[in-house]
Amino acid sequence: MDTVNQPPATAQPPEEPLFDARGLVELDARVPRVSEIDGDRATFDARSLTTRRINLELRWLLYEQGVRDVTVLNPGAKHSLGTGILTRCRLRFEGSLGYFALGMIDGPEVHIAGRVGWSACENMMSGVCVIEGNAGSLTGAAIRGGDLVVKGRVGARTGIDQKGGTIISLGDAGSMTGFMMQRGRQIICGDVGPGLGDSMYDGTLYVAGKVKSLGIDCVEGEWTDADTELINRKFRIYDLGSPPQFTKFVCGKKLYNYDQLEPSERKLVL
Amino acid sequence: MCGIAGIIYKNGNGAHRIGRDMTSMLQSMKHRGPDSTGYALYHAPTSELTVRINLAESTAPRDLDFADDVRRRRREVEGRLRGAGATIKEMEDVNEYTFSATVAYHGELKRLADYVESVPHTEVLSLGHALDIVKDLGDAKTVAGSYGLDAYFGSHGIGHVRMATESDVDIANAHPYWAYPFSDVAVVHNGQLTNYHQWRRRLEANGHRFASMCDSEIIAVYLADRMANGDSLEDAMHHSLEDLDGVFTYICVSEDALGMAKDELAAKPLVLYEGDDMVALASEEMAIRAVIDREIETYDPYESTVMVWTR
Repeated sequence: MDTVNQPPATAQPPEEPLFDARGLVELDARVPRVSEIDGDRATFDARSLTTRRINLELRWLLYEQGVRDVTVLNPGAKHSLGTGILTRCRLRFEGSLGYFALGMIDGPEVHIAGRVGWSACENMMSGVCVIEGNAGSLTGAAIRGGDLVVKGRVGARTGIDQKGGTIISLGDAGSMTGFMMQRGRQIICGDVGPGLGDSMYDGTLYVAGKVKSLGIDCVEGEWTDADTELINRKFRIYDLGSPPQFTKFVCGKKLYNYDQLEPSERKLVL
Repeated sequence: MCGIAGIIYKNGNGAHRIGRDMTSMLQSMKHRGPDSTGYALYHAPTSELTVRINLAESTAPRDLDFADDVRRRRREVEGRLRGAGATIKEMEDVNEYTFSATVAYHGELKRLADYVESVPHTEVLSLGHALDIVKDLGDAKTVAGSYGLDAYFGSHGIGHVRMATESDVDIANAHPYWAYPFSDVAVVHNGQLTNYHQWRRRLEANGHRFASMCDSEIIAVYLADRMANGDSLEDAMHHSLEDLDGVFTYICVSEDALGMAKDELAAKPLVLYEGDDMVALASEEMAIRAVIDREIETYDPYESTVMVWTR
């Protein structure tokens, strides 16, 4: 056997995935170990990998190989990539992602050179995610912390149930932006659709463009120096140029029948 | 859940491998609906009409009488096509229970379709100068294989992968729906319509027939009804946003156009890519990437959006 022309072990193509009889569920996924690792940096091509194998590869690199900086090539708009990463690291996706990208992350600094589908960064706890393209609906749903920056436009219900953190969109936003948000901030540089801040409990929405209509119990808020400082700081950190003029929207607290305390805080008070 | 997809080439000379493109798009969304797959494909328009007729459900038991029943229905259908005044130019057995006929006919389409469909267990799947509707159980590869769609050349098409929620898994309840009795118009839909029964009663009173119990069929018949009363396809779509309740994103096609409409809640997804020479849209970007294998700029249309492109 000619061993000279054998490709290195890391470059071997992954085995065919074993799906269930309907061809829908991947039964026995193994870590593909296809990355090129260089110190604490790694790169791998996701073109021929399934969602599950891409995520297994990411976890293997971050949790077992001590890698802190991963570049994923050709993600191909696949769904659920990079979910549940709970460690500080840098991730870079060289292309668009599908639905449920980077859900439940806690700590990573992510850069996506493309667009994302619905529900990107759902329930993000901390970290940073910068998306170069557009984002679908439910972007940043229920996030609790961290910064989510979308350089294109976002779909409907951005930051639904938001409980913290900051969502920035340089483009327009769709209907029901900030629906039922409870804490945190959204900075929308373009226009927003109908029902802005509908049924919000708390938090702040900044909009630079036109607002098609306000949702129930969302009212214009009083601008303070702290608002100016926040906007300037975020634009400076993410190198977004000089900020436009924003209008601030907050909860009118007419529907407001709840206290603002987290369960742990309530224990301290009582 | 269901998945919908559409593709239209702007230089619509009918020379694009639209069947293969749609199969790639639909197969990549198999996880959104593995029950059935359907296509509405458009070849270069001809002066004759193409009628595609289903003579039995694909799930019908293959007992001793099956082949005889299909043969007998087919003979009756041929007789009725001639009886309605159509001249049969060409006939093709697509598979054991579907056949396609090319006919010269200048009368009212409703009369022709109704007369043919009065043969029991028979359904006119599509009727038009450019339209072919193909739908059956299974994923896109299975359906495309058994109907030979890889070799289908045309200018535009739509497709659907179905996860049945409200009606049976069979051909009658699969998408796309032909906008009976309006030639060359078809619809695929993702969502649920909550005022289905109200509209069904209203449209039945106007003389329209329904081939299934699927709520999506309303959209096709609704659009046909509005167009029969003088609306353009685009106007009819705008009206549908007001008249239909529920959550929906649908794609509809006519002989020379493809359009999308999204309800005011924007509850069902659609990703859109507009290139120089083609427009592709689908429930997921993955489906578009199945035909355009490179990074592309896409976006989600907002609520209450209607967009139409022509070939």
